[in-house]
Parts: sequence; C-alpha cells; structure tokens
Amino acid sequence: MSISIDETICNGCKGLPEARCERICPGDLCYRKENTKAAIRDQSACWTCACCVKECPVQAIELRLPFQICSNGSSLKARLKPDKTIWTVWDAEGHQEEFIIQAKWLKGD
Amino acid sequence: MGILPIDTDILIIGGGAAGCFAAVEIYKKSPGCRVVVMEKAHIERSGCLAMGLNAINAYLHAGETPESYVAYVERQFEGIIRKDLVSSIVQGLNDAVKDVEKMGLPIEKNEDGTYKMRGKRSIRIFGERLKPILAEAVQKTPARVLNRVVATNFIYDGTRVGGAFGFGIRDGSFYVIRAKAVIVATGGASGIYKPHNTGEARHLLWYCPWNAGTGYAMGIRTGAEMTSFENRFIALRVKDVNAPTGTIAVGARSKQINARGEDYLECYYKHWGGNRCLTHHRLLATVEEKKIGRGPCYLDTTTLNETEERRLKEDFLNMNPQIILLWATKEMNPRKKPVEICGTEPFLVGGHCQAGYWVDKDRRTTIPGLYAAGEVAGGAPKKYVSGSWVEARIAATTALEDIKGMSLINTGEDTIQREKTRVLHPFTRKAGISPSEARERLQKIMDEYAGGISMNYALHEERLLEARRLLKSLKDRMKDLVAVNNYSLVEALECIDRIDVARVLVEHLIYRKETRWACYQTRLDYPEKDNRRWLVFVNSVYHPKTDEILMVERPLCS
Repeated sequence: MSISIDETICNGCKGLPEARCERICPGDLCYRKENTKAAIRDQSACWTCACCVKECPVQAIELRLPFQICSNGSSLKARLKPDKTIWTVWDAEGHQEEFIIQAKWLKGD
Repeated sequence: MGILPIDTDILIIGGGAAGCFAAVEIYKKSPGCRVVVMEKAHIERSGCLAMGLNAINAYLHAGETPESYVAYVERQFEGIIRKDLVSSIVQGLNDAVKDVEKMGLPIEKNEDGTYKMRGKRSIRIFGERLKPILAEAVQKTPARVLNRVVATNFIYDGTRVGGAFGFGIRDGSFYVIRAKAVIVATGGASGIYKPHNTGEARHLLWYCPWNAGTGYAMGIRTGAEMTSFENRFIALRVKDVNAPTGTIAVGARSKQINARGEDYLECYYKHWGGNRCLTHHRLLATVEEKKIGRGPCYLDTTTLNETEERRLKEDFLNMNPQIILLWATKEMNPRKKPVEICGTEPFLVGGHCQAGYWVDKDRRTTIPGLYAAGEVAGGAPKKYVSGSWVEARIAATTALEDIKGMSLINTGEDTIQREKTRVLHPFTRKAGISPSEARERLQKIMDEYAGGISMNYALHEERLLEARRLLKSLKDRMKDLVAVNNYSLVEALECIDRIDVARVLVEHLIYRKETRWACYQTRLDYPEKDNRRWLVFVNSVYHPKTDEILMVERPLCS
C-alpha cells in the first residue's frame, strides 16, 4: 500500500468538478467513486510522491510504504498553511513527531 | 471523439521546470505573444519536481568562474560535453535562481544575504512547493494551460514543425494545436529498464514514472537528430526508497562505508581519487563492493547528533518524504543504523547526463520550428533544475525571435486523421496485449540484454544485437495493444514511446565501441576508454519510411 484514504473523513470534495487528489495526482491515479469517496485505481502505480496527501484539505489521505519495503506500519500526513507545510509522522509504536517547514515566501515576508 | 483545433504563437509541451519557466519568460519579453502549455498531468504537481526539491545543485558561488565550472563538468563526463551549451547555462544560473526566489522559493542564506554554500556548486532550498510556485507564476500570465492533455506527435509538414497533436485525458478530445514555434520540455525517460522495486513498489523510482520519454519519441519519429543516448544515468540512492544520497553525503557530510565499516572509496578506490572520485566511479565502487562480497554499502549517519538528524529529516520531507516512514521505527533510526545505498536502474535524462535533442547554442533542434529545453535537450549534463530554467530562457528568447513574420502551417485533413487513427487504435481492439504486458516485456528485454541491474549494468555486442532484434519484434506487436479507458490509452501510448526510445538507445550502445562512462556505459568487449577514436558525440537520426536508425558522429566543439 502506498496511500490510504480514510472514507470516514473523505468528503469527496463535494461541489468541485473533481476531487482535489484526482485533480493533482501526477500519475492520474485518484478518482471519485460512485459513493463520492476518493479512491486510488492502482496502488502499484503510485510513486509515493505525497501530492494527494498534501492536497487533501481534511487530511483523509496518509502516505504509507508498500509492505515489501517497509513493514513497520508507519504513516505520514501533511497540512498546508499558506507559507508552511506541517508534517506529522506516526512511528511503529504509535508515537507521533511533527515538522513545521517553511515552504514559500509570501509577498511582504 | 471530437477534434479540438487551437491556434497559438508558441506551444510549450510539458509544464515542468523548463516549460513553466519558458512560459513566464515569453510573457516577460513579449506580453502579447500567445502561449499554450500542454501538460499531461497538472502543472501544479507534475514531472520530476512533483515531490519537491531540497537543493539546487547548479549554482555559481563566489570563487568559482564559468570557466572552472565548465571544466568541472567536462572532467565529470570524461571529456565529452558540449562546452558551448554548458557555458551558456553557467552564465545564466544565478539570475534564474534569483527569479525563482522572487516567485516565492525559500533559500537558505548567510547573514549578509548571500546564499549559504551547501556544496561547492549547491545551495539548500525549502522546495516542497517549488512546483506550485512555478505554476503560480505561469497562472499570472495569459498563457493558456491545457492540463491533462498528453502530446502524441508533432505536426510536421516535411520541412518544419508547426504544432503538436494531443489527447485530452479528461475530455477525450483529439487536440490539433498549431503554433509558429514549439518548445519541447517533456523531461527524460523512466520505465525503459526493469525497476529495482517490483510488484506493489514498482513505481518507487528515482525519476518520475510518468516521464515516459514522449518528447524524445516524438522527436525521433519526426527525424530530429538525437545525441548521447548511450550516456545513460544511474543514480546512487538510498536503497528501496530512492532518497537522494547527496542530502546525506553533501548536506550532512556522511561518509560512504561498506559492510565492514571501511571507508571503501579511500581503502580500495584511491586510483580513481578516493572520496573525490567522479560521480560514476562512486557508483561503480559501490557495485564492485557488492560483487566482491563487501556489501551492502551505507552512508554512515551514526555520527549525526539530534539537531543534524532533525535537519536531515526536514530536507527529506522537502524532497522524498518516503524515507521518513522507513526511519519511523527505533531500529531504523539513522543515528543508530547507517543508511543503505545502491544503484537504481538506468534512466535517460539530459539534466544529470546528456541524452537528448542535438541543439545549437540557441536551443534550436535540427528540425526548423522545434526548440528544446531541460532534460529533453542533450549535450549539457549536470544542468539540473536551475540549468533547465536557463535553457528555457534561451529557447524562449530564440523562439520569440524566429517567429517574427512567420505564419501557421497548413495541416492537411489526412495528416490529422492518420494521427487520430494511430492514437485511438488501442480502443478499437477487443483482445490483445495490455499496456502492462508490453511494459514488462520491454523492461525485461532491456534489463537482460541492454545492461540493466541484473547485468550489473554491463554491455556487450552479442547481447545488444539480441536486444535490437527483440525490440524490433516487440514494436511490431504494438498494433495489438488494447486500451479500455482513457487512463490505459495513455499507458499504451507511453509503451509505444518507450519502445521507440529504447530502440534508439540500443543503437547508441552498440555504436560506441569503448567504455567511456563506467556503469552508465560499460562495454565488456571494449573495456578501455579510447580517446584516440571515441572523443566524439554519437548521434542518431531515425528514418520513419524505412524504419532505420542512422548513426552519425559529431566532433567535440569548443
């Protein structure tokens, strides 16, 4: 598994012509199912670039690694602020670590 | 499927680093010029920068001169580079970086406001959003961006390129875009060789899996001259997750060690320069250690302190977030366990190595009306992202100059129908070969007969001749490709493009009868570097009528 979409959080970006993950995925892998939830069409085609993870405004998507590469169950989510990216990583034991990183200079900075 | 005609002044194919920069540049120089950007994905997150970037590795710090920089690149590439191209890039690097900083890219600085030196030619950036920043700059111009439209072939009237055909992945339309000039900026090619990860992880690649070499393939099919395909690129990366080793080696100054804990470059490879050896020797040494039985090899991160570890993680989140997951368990913590490294499968790129269009110093290809910039342009290795911006600036300037007084070409109805039929052919079949079958077949042939990972990258004539034969027969089978939806049609077209690129690559590998760049191009049957015979460029031109690839040699120029 490369990304995991939590259907209890995903709202399918209701009202938008495309779900945000669908709009952004560089490999065109995300789509909206009939139940209006987002899904990935082929896990094995995922680059694990995390673009969808960053793009999701409700943090319904988390990044994981395929089991053959990493079996520790860790996961990663991101939240975008106008000038910063906030990452949260959950390790194998369930501890979380947060990173707040400058991502853009806004005009006037 | 409807035909959607669009007329414009300049068409940019590929909205990546080079394509976005070119669009902005054209607007700055000529605000009235009509521009269309054709992008297979979405320009906010497409191509090799989709994940982000944590360093710019081509920058001219105080103390380095353009001449010393060109000499460095020439040394790294064993004497074969286009000095005129590299020189033109070096002169524009710092201005281009400054421009992107103004767009909003955060760059690490000294107290006096200069960029902090990360490595000799490198600066540290916080580039998680580099691609959205570039896209935003494009969106501020009147350029028309066509997201989710994939280019399929150039519009060519026998004398010049006057646009391109495209398939609309969302709307299913067939695009016929006429332009006075076309700038191709589609990036390089991944997926030619069997990847080092398989199954569920088959797309955990060093390079963007959707950079299918389409820009190369369209040029090949149009008869453009290509250069140095035999100068493949193989990255030395963190095993499995492909995180860049430079972030650790340059950014955190960690040493390369083997399984015995030895600094193997210094212990065993002093004759290549030890820790100061060329990039491809660093890779070769790592491959040798594995063969000899002193592997796996590592970057020794166990000397880092907590602050350095945190900084390293931040750098990776800006570029390769996967490694953070690998490290997210006590026993894999980089301060406890050194980070394992190995070589990837081979790629074709003009940004790290020099496979691409043969261009003049103004970035005109050999076909009038067609210009190239970034990874798809050949002869100028180590240009990386900043060099791609410079090339985009040069190509945009040239195209603007050349289109003065020019009109659009006439596109014959039969030409349009022929291309439309070719593109849609996989839809017409009920049964046949699936794109994944074709992809796996190509990757297996290349891996086993054209120097993939399973062969430790090594090449020799008999295997290459077999590759030539197998690829020809694979190409003939591509008329049986089946697509069931728009997504798989794109996959099918990518297979066709990759096979066209692979065939040219194999001809280049057969032609150069020496070993010039270890691992990138190692000939078991010609193991020595031969400067008397082979200090030349190996170029090729494909003839579509006879399906022949004609090889040409070009001398080095100053």
